[in-house]
Amino acid sequence: MNADAPSNPSGDDRLDANAKRLLDAWRTPTRWRYWSAVNNSEVGFWYVVASFTFFLFGGILALLMRIQLAIPDNDFLTADQYNQVFTMHGSVMMFLFAVPILEAISILLLPEMLGARDLPFPRLSAYGFWCFVIGGVFVCGSIFFGVAPEGGWFMYPPMTTEYQTGVGVDIWLLGLSFIEVASIAAAVELIVGVLKCRPPGMQLNLIPLYAWYILVVAVMILFAFPPLIAGDLLMELQRSLDWPFFDASRGGDPLLWQHLFWIFGHPEVYIVFLPSIALIAMIVPTFARTPMVGYGWIVLAAVGTGFLSFGLWVHHMFTTGLPAISIGIFSAASQAVAIPTGIQLFCFIATLLIGRVTKSVCLLFTLGGLATFVIGGLTGVMVAVAPFDYQAHDTYFIVGHLHYVLIGGTIFPIVAGVYYYYPAVTGKQLSEKLGRYAFWLMLVGFNVSFFPMHLSGLLGMPRRVYTYPAELGLGTLNLISTVGAFVLAIGFVVFLFDVLRSKKNQPLAPRNIWNAGTLEWLAEVPDKPWGVRSIPIVTSRYPLWDQPGFVDDVDAGHFYLPDAEEGLRETLVTSVVDADPIQCLRVPGPTFLTHFAAIFTGGVFILSTYHWYTAATISGVLAFITILVWLWTGTAPIPEKQEKDVGRGLTLPIYVSGSQAVGWWAMFITMLGDMTAFISLIFGYFFYWTAHDDFPPNGSSGPGWIWPMVAVLTILLAYSATLAARRWNRQDHATRFYGAIACGVVLSIVGGLALLYGPLTHQMDPTAHVYPAIVWVLTIWTALHVVLGVVMHLYCAARRAAGRMTARCDADIVNVTLYWHFLLLTTAITVLVIAGFPLVAK
Amino acid sequence: MAMTETSNRNEINKTDHVTSIWWIVVAPTVWAVHFLASYLTAAIFCAKVADSDRSAGEVQLAVMAYTVVAIVIIAGVGWAGHRRQRDGHGRSPHDEATAADLRRLIGLSTFLLSLLSAVATIFTALVFYFVGTCH
Repeated sequence: MNADAPSNPSGDDRLDANAKRLLDAWRTPTRWRYWSAVNNSEVGFWYVVASFTFFLFGGILALLMRIQLAIPDNDFLTADQYNQVFTMHGSVMMFLFAVPILEAISILLLPEMLGARDLPFPRLSAYGFWCFVIGGVFVCGSIFFGVAPEGGWFMYPPMTTEYQTGVGVDIWLLGLSFIEVASIAAAVELIVGVLKCRPPGMQLNLIPLYAWYILVVAVMILFAFPPLIAGDLLMELQRSLDWPFFDASRGGDPLLWQHLFWIFGHPEVYIVFLPSIALIAMIVPTFARTPMVGYGWIVLAAVGTGFLSFGLWVHHMFTTGLPAISIGIFSAASQAVAIPTGIQLFCFIATLLIGRVTKSVCLLFTLGGLATFVIGGLTGVMVAVAPFDYQAHDTYFIVGHLHYVLIGGTIFPIVAGVYYYYPAVTGKQLSEKLGRYAFWLMLVGFNVSFFPMHLSGLLGMPRRVYTYPAELGLGTLNLISTVGAFVLAIGFVVFLFDVLRSKKNQPLAPRNIWNAGTLEWLAEVPDKPWGVRSIPIVTSRYPLWDQPGFVDDVDAGHFYLPDAEEGLRETLVTSVVDADPIQCLRVPGPTFLTHFAAIFTGGVFILSTYHWYTAATISGVLAFITILVWLWTGTAPIPEKQEKDVGRGLTLPIYVSGSQAVGWWAMFITMLGDMTAFISLIFGYFFYWTAHDDFPPNGSSGPGWIWPMVAVLTILLAYSATLAARRWNRQDHATRFYGAIACGVVLSIVGGLALLYGPLTHQMDPTAHVYPAIVWVLTIWTALHVVLGVVMHLYCAARRAAGRMTARCDADIVNVTLYWHFLLLTTAITVLVIAGFPLVAK
Repeated sequence: MAMTETSNRNEINKTDHVTSIWWIVVAPTVWAVHFLASYLTAAIFCAKVADSDRSAGEVQLAVMAYTVVAIVIIAGVGWAGHRRQRDGHGRSPHDEATAADLRRLIGLSTFLLSLLSAVATIFTALVFYFVGTCH
């Protein structure tokens, strides 16, 4: 064991010196450089504030709608303004609040719950955050110029492709696609965080329930968002280049959009619900003073809900004329999802029953949220029954139902979470008294507002119509709803006042104020930027309750990484299942590169909205260069030594590559998302074939089979060259390595051109019919991936030439090879579909 | 301190329990494949082969076959999970820092998820029992 090992410190001075170095390494930048911070505590905090700001904006839009609907034949808003307001309300609440707030809370708290110093890719989180802010401001800002989208939060064509010619739809498509980049970035970060950055000993049966939920949700994001991105791509191509994906007169089909949107849209409901339930799963044991009952059952509920939620999307499309069998199976799945959802609620109730419950505002919001959610869940089972849905579809009954689900299942638990975690983040406690006022105002206001909507819906009040005639007799119910909405809003004002009021004269809250058992409550008051003084060994689900002397040992630096000898930011990486320590990971510090990357990426989307394609291209090139600089300077640096003593006599490697490395996992996860978007496009191809007799149209020769075959064979050779390059790099055969890379580059270029040559030589005009259009989309998608593959080849060659990649430190080429596995698969599927399927279909 | 618990993992074969984490998602994946196969079979059959009033007997047969296969796999996975969960004298809540309890928790989750998947699969199959046409 190293003589300097901190488990045996020579005295207090020694410890202080260690602590000081650690503090220096993690110090938050000051003054204007504060905004260059990438640490999870700063980025997470900004993320929470930004999400709540968008939430307030969305809430004000809701109040405008309620004023308009308060009395019959009202003219407070014009029809156009009302359309913009309800579209923005839905879009803002879902894309700019509900999903980002989960990412925000997780970025802020997940590392603390796992006793990690930070998440593995802090700069990725920061990049995602800045993308989110830029995109969010862009989308929200449009309403002040009267050009906001008007197509509802689901943007159904042909309304949005043929009847709304303003930039509103483009703002929605491009602005929100841009924000989805942030969501996918967060998903990568959170999955790798949960799987690889747990403290030693925290094997999978000991992880906090929050981490289970977040793992499931992040995986869901990965499979749910890409279909929407694919849909956005198709619709934007139709709007800007007239490729007829949703135009029925040229073989397209508006229903494809509905499928793609709801394959995203339904899991989305669970993506916003599960993280809030996860907060409840942290709060309930603390206030029941007992471990959660049925840990395994909750794992079942989280994973089960995650799966089943992907089998429900068609229940949003019951009235589109699908065969009864199709409707039936989605109806059945919609009933089945109630089982896991119910199980977790029973676990919470059981925990509260067997525990000794302490009263608090957190618990009030938790219970209020659960009760409200149960009502929304039950009306959900009602509308899952197709015949009832035929009656309730597009009425205010649905508006009532979905708000019970989302406000009960998401907002109330988040408010509970704010009351719960506020002391850990700010060091001050919120007022219990104001909290009780806020709770009762919100609960009463909410029910007064939304319960009557079920009745007005059953009486026939349609959604998304800006007014209604007095003769319908809906005036009273609507007036009650409006009054309730304002009571709810007053509740939020009280809550907001409590959060924002100056607490200068208020004493600091005690550490671990609620006497909780999980690691995030190690947070010192006031908090220090290092996360934890030393990274603990965990042997219990509630280490603060069960492990004697735990907090003192952590604070005394008795566990891992209590020092930063090299002045660098470090955290531990552990194995996926057992959480055995496997690497001392150095994480990057503050930078402004992420801001530039976000601004330039944003430029591509925002400038394209106005069809300024030259400017957008320049912005794209700048984004590309910035990201390359970021990768070149910030990722996989070769350390000054191979191994490091992390304390307690444990020596770990600093550099690892392959499936043990966090970068490998990030590439793998990103490519799963990429593959999902690609499969969504393939789904589109076969959807057209299923739904239309003229697909592929008679007389169309398609792209032929010769050039696609040439393409797949050359890409296969390029793939082999990549494998060879990885091998020769490892064997330190420099010449062979560069030779393989050169071959790979040349073959890739030939393959990419051959791929494009097929449809080009067969005069496939993408504006004539949907068949050439979808073939072109698949081809271009694949060709762009080939281009990216070439860039990666060149990057690896440059890295090796610059001495930034060696035979041993080969993460770059290993991750590029992983990308190439997916690229080969993408190419093979594309060729099979565009060249092979027409042969079979004839 | 707590090092003893983290080092007594030699009780069981390590490879076994690294792979066994995947057991958790096998049953729900089988549900998903069964669900998708049933949906696609019905959608393609109804769009390409049948008029709206014609009986969809072929689809019913196909889905019955899918269901038998799916239930057999789910039952097998569930049984394996159940055995893992009951391994030794361990009782819920499986919250010890030992390899045995990790294995039991994965077993329990596998078992419970296979029950849920079986129910959801039968739900899907029942639709084909009750709805016999493309109408």
